[in-house]
Amino acid sequence: MSRKKRNRYAAAYAALVMLLLTLLMLNVCIGSISISLSDIVQNFTGGQIGETERNILMQIRLPRALAAAILGGALGLSGYLLQTFFHNPIAGPFVLGISSGAKLVVALVMVFFLGHAVKISSAVLILAAFVGAFLSMGFVLLMSRAVNKMSMLIVSGVMIGYICSAITDFVVTFAEDADIVNLHNWSKGSFSGISWENVSVMAVVVGLASLFVFCLAKPIGAFQLGEGYAKTMGVDIGGLKVALVVLSSILAACITAFAGPVSFVGIAVPHLVKQLFATAKPLVMIPACFLGGGTFCLFCDLLARTLFAPTELSISTVTAVFGAPVVIVLLWKRQEKQ
Amino acid sequence: MEDYYFKAEGVSVGYQGKPVIEEISFGIKRGEILTLIGPNGAGKSTILKSIARQLQLIAGTAYIGKRDLHQIGKDRLAEELAVVFTERIHAEMMTCEDVVAAGRYPYTGKFGCLSQEDYRAVREAMRLVQTDEIRHRDFHKVSDGQRQRVLLARAIAQEPDMILLDEPTSYLDVKYKLEFLSVLQQMAREKCLSVIISLHELDLAERISDKVMCVGEGYVDRFGTPEEVFSPGYIGKLFHMTAGSFEENSGNLELEAPKGKPKVFVIAGGGSGKSVFRKLQRANIPFATGILFENDVDYPTAKALGAHTIAEEAFQKISDNKLNEAKAWIDQCDVVLCCREQFGFWDRENGLLLEYAGAQKKKIEKQQDFFHNKQEA
Repeated sequence: MSRKKRNRYAAAYAALVMLLLTLLMLNVCIGSISISLSDIVQNFTGGQIGETERNILMQIRLPRALAAAILGGALGLSGYLLQTFFHNPIAGPFVLGISSGAKLVVALVMVFFLGHAVKISSAVLILAAFVGAFLSMGFVLLMSRAVNKMSMLIVSGVMIGYICSAITDFVVTFAEDADIVNLHNWSKGSFSGISWENVSVMAVVVGLASLFVFCLAKPIGAFQLGEGYAKTMGVDIGGLKVALVVLSSILAACITAFAGPVSFVGIAVPHLVKQLFATAKPLVMIPACFLGGGTFCLFCDLLARTLFAPTELSISTVTAVFGAPVVIVLLWKRQEKQ
Repeated sequence: MEDYYFKAEGVSVGYQGKPVIEEISFGIKRGEILTLIGPNGAGKSTILKSIARQLQLIAGTAYIGKRDLHQIGKDRLAEELAVVFTERIHAEMMTCEDVVAAGRYPYTGKFGCLSQEDYRAVREAMRLVQTDEIRHRDFHKVSDGQRQRVLLARAIAQEPDMILLDEPTSYLDVKYKLEFLSVLQQMAREKCLSVIISLHELDLAERISDKVMCVGEGYVDRFGTPEEVFSPGYIGKLFHMTAGSFEENSGNLELEAPKGKPKVFVIAGGGSGKSVFRKLQRANIPFATGILFENDVDYPTAKALGAHTIAEEAFQKISDNKLNEAKAWIDQCDVVLCCREQFGFWDRENGLLLEYAGAQKKKIEKQQDFFHNKQEA
């Protein structure tokens, strides 16, 4: 690696980390009741802080900000894996219908549990989401065998997404419970109402999955060149493909379980990060996509929360505004290349 | 027993258990170049993919060294053979050096970071195929010829004992074709690499190959040295050629001869006639020509395009028989085209022919005038 490249990576990483930390801080500080930096310091050093501020900080804002960072990272990474897997630059958990599949199963499970007045644990949520994600992924995989055109794959993904969303809406509409308001918010995508228990579970699951992905950086790099070539370089293609499918499904499921479907992050982040680092090397891209996704979601959640306060926008509304143009630019660039 | 590096015994190859080509047996030694030729869709790629183990063998056994191809671990196999296939390579935001470095995969550690040794191998490979100066260029922004060489460098960086190439020269211009094959030949010699390559360029195949395998539709038709394989009339049969001809001896490729009774008699020889024959072919004028020696450079073209060619055996005096035969053909023609300025000692009979044509009041024209007048008309 030349020194120039190494410097660029270092600078880009530093910038991303700085941005992430700054946004994390802003997310904690800004809101209907503002919390100053000194309040935060006081809170963690055992100093004086008002009860209301402490509650808002510890019970609402901090878990929410952490969740946005972790889940955003998971989204970015899952998008990157899917793009690699399908050799398709506009693949992502949302467009391929994987988020929607997860959403459907989670909604069914939620309605069932709420109807029986049972509290749902994070683990059950993730499991349900994983089942849903895996089912849609299976469908997309079947489609990808039948059609080998990039656009057709996306179209079939979007269609399964719509079908799943429609059924979810149906279930949500006719569910009879006071908690349905909450469910309604979730089904549109939101980082609100995250508990510390949620945060710890998602941190473990996303952390482990991301670590696994990082360990696969080498074969992923070979796979990017093309399957045939990867095979002749000694990559266990079958094993790698299974790993990619399972890991991207887990990551996408985790997001959906806690924040509902979040659009465009999975597509936009890997591309923005690629431009920032000027490389597509997995070893660099994997941590960078995670950081980038976290940063992107923190930024969007901050806007969703504060732009029209006290009304809160759904997170997908904001991510779409910033993510969709990236996709358009991408398609345009591809067209130009051809 | 001969010491083959790669050997196939009664191998059948194909897709999903359905054989495309059956009963293939051949061997290749270290440092040898084996070329696969044959019509499109005959299964050359299928054979290559099967050797690279991208496809399962349907029957038979193949050996690399002394080991069964399908018993070798995939890591080990990656050190034995590398490929340059037609599969499009996705090298997003990769420099040429990055692409070559990808060939080091079998040798790098858990995270694929390159060691000093790896960098040395990458640089060496790029130097060998003369791609030093484009090291830092974007892979997608270099020319086709450079791209193919970078892909060859990638295969070389993998430090294999055998390289498989599937039509690597198809999209290259003539300069790059020759350069690419020269580099390949040099690699095979210097590194004692075994090379299996499929080519569409028969003339080049004949020149570069130690062994040639002719793949017909569904079977391997011939396997042997170029001299054994390129026997007269064989290529036309292998490719089911219906228009034009390929002359195995000279590698001469010609379009279809004009049909009909000859109206023009061409006196040629010594290379003066080739272009005239082709001009007549383009104008669709059937012609007869003579008297040529069989070792004349005009002879292959005359034979391919002429309605009739009167030829004498090489190094023999032109016989009266041939002279009379030529005269008979001149009688049938209206025009005699003379491509020669003067005649030599051994073909003074051609001079006699010209005089005979004059005596018979045939229209005698120089080739420039003939085609000029034709255009006017």
